[in-house]
Amino acid sequence: MIETSGLRKSYRTGRRGRTTTVDAVAGLDLHVAEGEIFGLLGPNGAGKTTTLRMLATLLPPDGGAATVAGADLFASPAEVRRSIGYVAQGGGTWDEVTAREELVLQARMHGLGKAEAQARAAAAVDSFDLAEYADRPCRGYSGGQRRRLDLALGVVHRPAVLFLDEPTSGLDPAARARLWAEVRRLRDAGTTVFLTTHYLDEADALCDRIAIVDGGTLVAEGTPAELKRSIAGEVVTVGVAEPHLAPKAAEVLTTQECVRGAEVRPDGTLRLSVDTGESAMPQVMRALAGAGIATATIALHRPTLDDVFLARTGRSLEES
Amino acid sequence: MKSLRDTWLVFQRHLLLMARSPLQIFLGVAQPVVYLALFAPLLKPALASMGAGTMADAYRIYVPGMLVALALGGGLYVGFGLLAELGSGVIERARVTPVSRVALLLGRSLRDVVVLAVQAAVIIVLAIPLGLLVRVPDLLLAYLLLALISLTSSAVSYGLALKVGNPDVLGQLVNNLAQPLMLLSGTLLPLALAPLWLRRVSDWNPFSWAVTGMRELFAGHPGDPAVWRSLALMAAVALAALLWSARRFARTVR
Ligand SMILES: Nc1ncnc2c1ncn2[C@@H]1O[C@H](COP(=O)(O)OP(=O)(O)OP(=O)(O)O)[C@@H](O)[C@H]1O
Ligand SMILES: [Mg+2]
Repeated sequence: MIETSGLRKSYRTGRRGRTTTVDAVAGLDLHVAEGEIFGLLGPNGAGKTTTLRMLATLLPPDGGAATVAGADLFASPAEVRRSIGYVAQGGGTWDEVTAREELVLQARMHGLGKAEAQARAAAAVDSFDLAEYADRPCRGYSGGQRRRLDLALGVVHRPAVLFLDEPTSGLDPAARARLWAEVRRLRDAGTTVFLTTHYLDEADALCDRIAIVDGGTLVAEGTPAELKRSIAGEVVTVGVAEPHLAPKAAEVLTTQECVRGAEVRPDGTLRLSVDTGESAMPQVMRALAGAGIATATIALHRPTLDDVFLARTGRSLEES
Repeated sequence: MKSLRDTWLVFQRHLLLMARSPLQIFLGVAQPVVYLALFAPLLKPALASMGAGTMADAYRIYVPGMLVALALGGGLYVGFGLLAELGSGVIERARVTPVSRVALLLGRSLRDVVVLAVQAAVIIVLAIPLGLLVRVPDLLLAYLLLALISLTSSAVSYGLALKVGNPDVLGQLVNNLAQPLMLLSGTLLPLALAPLWLRRVSDWNPFSWAVTGMRELFAGHPGDPAVWRSLALMAAVALAALLWSARRFARTVR
């Protein structure tokens, strides 16, 4: 649905004759399939907004190639606009008008007739649960209400591709969960969603596939599960009922096919490196039972996306 | 066709925004009333040099100039609204839609013309008991001229707003533009009082021509060459301003 190759954008900022160039996006190759939630994850200044704005035809790229919904971004941006919806990082509504009026105008700007636009606005009010405040001026909306309206404005014309810039920044956990549910619903209805985020949990839980970016370049791309697996497998820790049996347990477990390595930690528990924790855990327990060793605890520790970022860039996302 | 429909869409929205701001409406009407009330006592002595023998004469000279001043001065400040809209993200929301770029400009400018038309109506109605007399066909021509001036000033203001992108700079720019244009068109102070060189300079100011044409219309001389000249000149200027500003819109608001 979205294909980019070598997409580039630099900003030139002039200060007293000295110009500095920031390579905001430095050659990005992305492939977004139809009907998936694709997340662009990266720290502040990674080039997420710049990428999104280029794909949404708001910013002319410096180079590369890209198609969005089958239309060439460079040759026919007007055609791209017919298939997309876009929700900016800060949204954007007039204070004096109501959510319903905004929805109707947005649908009409997308070319729909008056009656059709009103019907779409009414449908959006229903499906985004705006009814309670849809006929009040936007001035008084809370952050969560505003963000829900922003999202509704982005999809009122039922675009094939929806761009969301930091859809949940500044929302409380409840409003966030609600927005996630709405984004999933859109995906289930066939919309391709391209969003940016710097929340690890959002990328992990909401997105079907993610691209991690840093300094305008791609660090890694894949499903959250693939990316985390690519790191170093997973870790299972086992506590045996009789700690003096721990070395024997380690010996037994190293012979298991699913265990890549086993070590006894100072606290007497075992640390096992495995490929997939879910399938390894029952095998581990069976092997220990077969050797007559009783298991007290068993736990799975999965690498996070932050581990992925750390492994590829040497920095932690949460600190940068 | 599409641009016409989109222009109507943008125009409607901006009229609605105006209607929802009672303070803005009140100030918009109050301004011409204040002009009329404050300047009135000074009119007869000040305009004596232009042949104003009576108060009624004075109004016939003063009101057309003031209407041009309102169209010119009022229109030049509309760019601030656009800067606020750029900051709030509503422009960006329009930009991702296929809405016509020219419509984003024209819809706004036409709203400004309507605002001016209402202000002008208030002034004319208030000035009639004071001795202003104008025939309906002449008034319609006067409105056409006003609309052209208003389109020019608002298009220039929007274009400048997009070019400088900063309200402080825009404020300086508009002030530096409005003052000399107003002075050199004899809108409020008659140019007859000016030294010859100043009058020669004002010959290059299209708004000065517009004031002359407007005064002939309110004097009941629609056949005076100043009338068609001012209409033709302002039509050309308005077209140039709209084209320039539309290009800025098309580029900035791609
Ligand atoms: N208009 C601009 N002029 C100059 N530099 C810019 C401009 N916009 C962005 N940049 C720079 O480009 C880089 C990428 O910015 P961008 O806004 O795309 O980052 P981001 O990933 O969206 O960050 P955030 O998480 O803070 O929103 C940054 O270094 C930023 O300073
Ligand atoms: Mg951003």
